[in-house]
Amino acid sequence: MNNVVLEDYKGVYVFAQQVDNEISGIAFELLGKGKELAAKLETEVVAVLIGYQVKGLADKLAEYGADKVIVVDDPELEVYRTEPYAHALASVINQYKPEIVLVGATAIGRDLGPTVSARVATGLTADCTVLEIGDFPLVAVPGQEQKHNQLLMTRPAFGGNTIATIACPDNRPQMATVRPGVMQKIDPIAGAKAVVEEYNPGFTPNDKYVTIKEVVKAVSDTVDIMDAKVLVSGGRGVGSPENFKQLEELAEVMGGTVSCSRAVVDSGWKPKDLQVGQTGKTVRPQIYFAIGISGAIQHVAGMEESDLIVAINKDDSAPIFDVADYGIVGDLNKIVPALTAALKAEKAAKN
Amino acid sequence: MDFTLSKKHEMARQLFRDFAENEVKPLAQEVDEEERFPRETVDKMAKYGFLGIPVPKEYGGQGCDILTYVMCVEELSKVCGTTGVIVSAHTSLCVDPILTYGTEEQKQKYVPDLASGRKIGAFGLTEPGAGTDAQGQQTKAVLDGDEWVLNGSKCFITNGKEADVYIVIAVTGIIEKNGRKMKEISSFIVEKGTPGFTFGTKEKKMGIRGSSTYELIFTDCRIPKENILGKQGQGFKIAMHTLDGGRIGIAAQALGIAEGALERTIAYTKERKQFGKSISGFQNTQFQLADMATKVEAAKMLVYKAALKKDEYRTNPKISYSEEAAMAKLYAAEVAMEVTTKAVQLHGGYGYIREYDVERMMRDAKITEIYEGTSEVQRMVISAALLK
Amino acid sequence: MKIVVCIKQVPDTKGGVKFNPDGTLDRGAMLAIMNPDDKAGLEAALRLKEQFGAEVTVLTMGLPKAADVLREAMAMGADKGILVTDRVLGGADTWATSTTIAGALRNIDYDLIITGRQAIDGDTAQVGPQIAEHLGIPVISYAQEIKIDGDKVIVQRQYDDRYHVLEAKMPCLITALSELNEPRYMTPGGIFDACDAEITQWGRADLKDVDDSDLGLKGSPTKIAKASDKVRKGAGEKVVPDSPEDAVAYIVGKFKEKHII
Repeated sequence: MNNVVLEDYKGVYVFAQQVDNEISGIAFELLGKGKELAAKLETEVVAVLIGYQVKGLADKLAEYGADKVIVVDDPELEVYRTEPYAHALASVINQYKPEIVLVGATAIGRDLGPTVSARVATGLTADCTVLEIGDFPLVAVPGQEQKHNQLLMTRPAFGGNTIATIACPDNRPQMATVRPGVMQKIDPIAGAKAVVEEYNPGFTPNDKYVTIKEVVKAVSDTVDIMDAKVLVSGGRGVGSPENFKQLEELAEVMGGTVSCSRAVVDSGWKPKDLQVGQTGKTVRPQIYFAIGISGAIQHVAGMEESDLIVAINKDDSAPIFDVADYGIVGDLNKIVPALTAALKAEKAAKN
Repeated sequence: MDFTLSKKHEMARQLFRDFAENEVKPLAQEVDEEERFPRETVDKMAKYGFLGIPVPKEYGGQGCDILTYVMCVEELSKVCGTTGVIVSAHTSLCVDPILTYGTEEQKQKYVPDLASGRKIGAFGLTEPGAGTDAQGQQTKAVLDGDEWVLNGSKCFITNGKEADVYIVIAVTGIIEKNGRKMKEISSFIVEKGTPGFTFGTKEKKMGIRGSSTYELIFTDCRIPKENILGKQGQGFKIAMHTLDGGRIGIAAQALGIAEGALERTIAYTKERKQFGKSISGFQNTQFQLADMATKVEAAKMLVYKAALKKDEYRTNPKISYSEEAAMAKLYAAEVAMEVTTKAVQLHGGYGYIREYDVERMMRDAKITEIYEGTSEVQRMVISAALLK
Repeated sequence: MKIVVCIKQVPDTKGGVKFNPDGTLDRGAMLAIMNPDDKAGLEAALRLKEQFGAEVTVLTMGLPKAADVLREAMAMGADKGILVTDRVLGGADTWATSTTIAGALRNIDYDLIITGRQAIDGDTAQVGPQIAEHLGIPVISYAQEIKIDGDKVIVQRQYDDRYHVLEAKMPCLITALSELNEPRYMTPGGIFDACDAEITQWGRADLKDVDDSDLGLKGSPTKIAKASDKVRKGAGEKVVPDSPEDAVAYIVGKFKEKHII
């Protein structure tokens, strides 16, 4: 690795991902976090906006907290491709020498991030969920220099079973990709302006510039419940196939899908491929709603590894409450529609 | 002595286990419920060479040993007894006798198709009036010019109707041996589709309900003269020797069923709570599981030992593995019945319900004490070897 | 055509992760398997081999026991296996790992390099693109379909709400998604042959154009400050709200606390 003078590197830079000339939500989330980190380091937060005819988006980045926007605008950058984008971001890094570079852990960022980090010869921590400024080592070790004001990047590994905090003490910039939906964006400041600077390192196509032959926008398929991040699961307590409509509405607002218990399949309310449990599928979503499910052992065996379990059941002694993180004793027919409405309202307020 | 598996066998076991879990287990309940031959599974097994495991590569097989084949039947049977016996009957009762007794022409003609699973094999010895007693055979084969003419019937034939190639045992005459008149018995290779070869009714069974069990009917069924397997009059020896090998396959099936039931019971007793704790916390459960596991392990040793003995036979045909095979089958079958019965008991009411696999396993286990020589016949074979 | 597939041996996290009594991860109790995305990449290579007659080499970096995944790959149909193993390579982060693998790949001819998108232990998705960067060849990540047309590859590259059909000139590197295909099983005969086959073993000295300062723990720019195993949860809270509104307020409050909404 190259030896770098750490002090030469200043500023928190954020890759402001845009697709079809529309800024992705992750860019605002990163600006929110970036602003917080920049405040601690007493520096500025800079958005790097890469694309073609994207300059007009700079104001929006300012509203979400960017002090400065560096725009790399070139016809080669119209649609995301690894090489011209990596060239753009790596050139910005080499030119401006940022201390921190944050990239969204999206299907774009997880391709761009590693390529750029290898090109500028620095470390990259993937899929971070927590970013802080602190010391490395965390506790001073005799005979080893403790560095201050380091970016401490925390990320889950092993499918979320372990957590590691990682630093990049000797190289710059400190780079991280950040999981979407984790960081908080700030409330936009209407009329805020940022310094906009255009920078074009020059783009000369070579073999690394792959050709885009076609762009196909996907229609969403039915989700396999084993792949779902949120499952709204119903049991016999839901009462009727018609009542599952309530669960479907909750699933929709949560961006999830509906699953069910064996009793529901046996009653013919739902097909077998939606069944969770020992004789159905084993699932481990980020959020599992167990609604009107008593929690028989064969059901629990199929869902107890879920990250977060919310149970709603009118029976106070239902065994599902033994595995639920949040158990609510009550009438699902009243709670579920009210919850859907409340979540919808929360969502609307955010956008 | 070395009880550790080689890398080859460890990897093979992992392969069979993955295949069984992913491809066989999801169908086990349905195949049982609908009494349906799992053709899609057989096709997949064919693709991956499972139907020719101990067959030399020169005949289109996998070139592996008997132990590998045994582990395949064992792992399949852990999740589905039906699938286990399909492979066992095909390999031990059809491919093996052709490889052992067939002419080079017969081997070239039949084995590559069988080993690759393009064709399935079966074996017909049992008759309505003759099961274990081969001298009770009624099916006759008479030479007429260049053809053998078969008449009679065979019953309880595993892979019946689904199989393409059948080893059929028939009486070819009467001979005098030590002053006694005896039936001369020979074996034949008969292909499905031969005129005069038809199938009777499909048997409705207690267990292994997805396996296809049919009556074979021969009515003036004419097969080429060269389809006799081995020499004329060698049929009884071929049948007995084939069954020696078949018993190792059935012993592996029984072992697999017992292991499958034990695995499920261990998992269930950890999860099932009564009186505020897992039932695995009760000493009765613990001791039952200890006994089950010990017997399963003992059965495994016998089955693997028989497999190794047959492997030894393949390089040294002078030795016999008859006694080892009989012991393995006798013990593994009885362990399978005992362990599955206990498994159902430990599952309580759930164990009696079809949704839970142990119910099926207990039904599947029973046949292993009966076919390819009942437990009583195994005791006869073993004691005969002891007292000779 | 020559295809190299980079694979990794990882602990199997499917069907739950095993914990020690003290709540830490029991790595020894988990089966070591071929990383699923890598296996999809291997399957893609084997299908190209069937279509176009390619030679498929599998390469892994790891402890000596990582040879097991090479044997598995060969039992599935790969032609050759290369194990890169050396004490000095231990503790590598993605930079040092990709540097090492690139150093090994410089020794061999290839038209196509396929890696999995990411490994289930680290989940970083970084090593594939970084290898391409070190070798100076084009990279196409997140491949959900791979076709060959003369000296070009045509790949469906997956994004969140769309895919791009990309064309690149070989040599290039592709990272494969599990969705790419359903990998085949080994065959019993393949296992026997793979166990009898020679596996090439390379150490530090065999890596081409690589500095010591870029290898292993020392050559890793990222350093672990703290690692902990997430403690398994038991029963959580149970509430009996007075009204549906209270129940909703409770859940919404908890979701806000957890940044779910």
